Amino acid sequence: MTALLDPTSERSPTIRPRLARPDSIDGMTVGLLDISKPRGDVFLDRLDERLRARGIATKRYMKPTMTRPAPLALRQQIGTEVQLVIEGLAD
Amino acid sequence: MQDGLVAVVKQDCPTCVLTVPVLADLARTAGLTVYSQDDPAFPAEVAGRIYDGELDTSHRLGIEIVPTLIRFEAGREVDRTYGWDRAEWERVAGRTGLGADLPAMRPGCGAKNIEPGIIERLKIRHGETGLVARRVEIGGGEDEIEAMFDRGWSDGLPLVPPTEERVLRMLAGTARNPQEVVGLVPPDLVPATVEKIAINAVMAGCKPEYLPVVLAAVEAVLEEPFAMHGVLATTMYVGPVVVVNGPVRRQIGMNARGNALGQGNRANATIGRALQLVIRNIGGGRPQEVDRATIGNPGKYTYCFAEDEEGSCWEPLSVERGIAPGVSAVTVFAGYGLQGIVDQKSRDPESLARSFAESLKAVQNVKLAPACDALLVVVPEHERTFREAGWSKQRLLERLHQLTEIPGEDLMAGAKGIAEGGPPSLAGKTVAKYRPGGLMIVRAGGGAGMFSGIIAGWSASGPRGSSPVTKEVKP
Repeated sequence: MTALLDPTSERSPTIRPRLARPDSIDGMTVGLLDISKPRGDVFLDRLDERLRARGIATKRYMKPTMTRPAPLALRQQIGTEVQLVIEGLAD
Repeated sequence: MQDGLVAVVKQDCPTCVLTVPVLADLARTAGLTVYSQDDPAFPAEVAGRIYDGELDTSHRLGIEIVPTLIRFEAGREVDRTYGWDRAEWERVAGRTGLGADLPAMRPGCGAKNIEPGIIERLKIRHGETGLVARRVEIGGGEDEIEAMFDRGWSDGLPLVPPTEERVLRMLAGTARNPQEVVGLVPPDLVPATVEKIAINAVMAGCKPEYLPVVLAAVEAVLEEPFAMHGVLATTMYVGPVVVVNGPVRRQIGMNARGNALGQGNRANATIGRALQLVIRNIGGGRPQEVDRATIGNPGKYTYCFAEDEEGSCWEPLSVERGIAPGVSAVTVFAGYGLQGIVDQKSRDPESLARSFAESLKAVQNVKLAPACDALLVVVPEHERTFREAGWSKQRLLERLHQLTEIPGEDLMAGAKGIAEGGPPSLAGKTVAKYRPGGLMIVRAGGGAGMFSGIIAGWSASGPRGSSPVTKEVKP
């Protein structure tokens, strides 16, 4: 029997269930998060137009850079202002 | 321990052998108990000697030098001396006239219980390691190497099993507290203790004396400007490239010369690998999970080399970046691969700078500018050309920035028959391929061959992404 020292963080991954998909987005405010990747704005502008055309309120957000996770204050702001978030992940 | 006198000796120690008449005298007349560390028959003149072959008594008594003479009273140690010093022995023994035929003084020898390889086993047996990592029991019939692969600890190559003994030996390479937190490792943002880093350094194959360099490299990538999370998560090629400067390079036998960026040197190979294992195992950063690299690069196994400062006319990278000369340091750069610059004909600095610049303009794509930072590895036969012409590193950098400016027309989408490129508004403009400060130069490589190289960086170079970070190597 050999004992090895665990090289990992020794965390057991916590799996958080996803929120249930809403039946309808009527009456919700949708956040549109630009992560500062090129052309993310093109994608989000179009979504913004289409959502507004359906009478859905939107709010726009932007990460300072796509190379780092969103700052805590921005995450908290999004969490308190909208019910759904859409972000554009790639160029 | 019983009250009275205790001596710990070993046959292999000439001073212990010298004191045998005194030991025999005290054993006979003063109830001295003698423990022998290495020979059950030593000292033959002491009938009641005890063989401490497992060294547990020596360890409990904290023996560092033999012979050691200790006096116990009321169950507690009240006096101790080591080596042979007649006056000291007479004080501890409470006697005069000891060893009248012996010289007055002789230094002792190192005790067996503190020898490397033995002290670690004793600490483990006595539960004194202070190591807090979870113990993972590997069954007798299990292959340790396979067990580590199965647990996902490996980068794809076999690992050295991180036993308690090996980790303790590794930790002897630093003066830092094993539970000191070096930083939070992304993507899981888990505190990396010196102990956890040492475990990964063992697995990578490091020697204990490499640990301070590994710790400095981990600290460097965890600095905010390096943006390790993004370097890991990007679809681009990059990983941390580690350049080592200062006396530590030679102390631990790093390679800065022939094949400096290649295989075959243990320190170069394992320091870079340890850093990657820290990201993988402590941070939880694994390919096809948070590591989204499209093709990655082989340097993500390990990418670490030393600068050849001795032969260079230029100041070392670390000194340029604010570290005092003669101080060991690491610089981390988010980079990948190597693009060669073959120039065997340039003999004047302007021609060679142009050669470098044309190659630098091709990084990522000739149609993309500004592109990314780059680390230029200049070989001795190329550096010589600049040295003989009196070009400082600063002058070469300035010239390279000028020579890598590109007319906007060449960069527009569609130009040169290539759809990649920028907008029509580039027309009439000049675009710098490299941001100010985005080029770094180190000298490395063997004495023969006019083959320098470019280690290109990440598209997100600089404040919006990753900037190089330099950290001093501390003991």
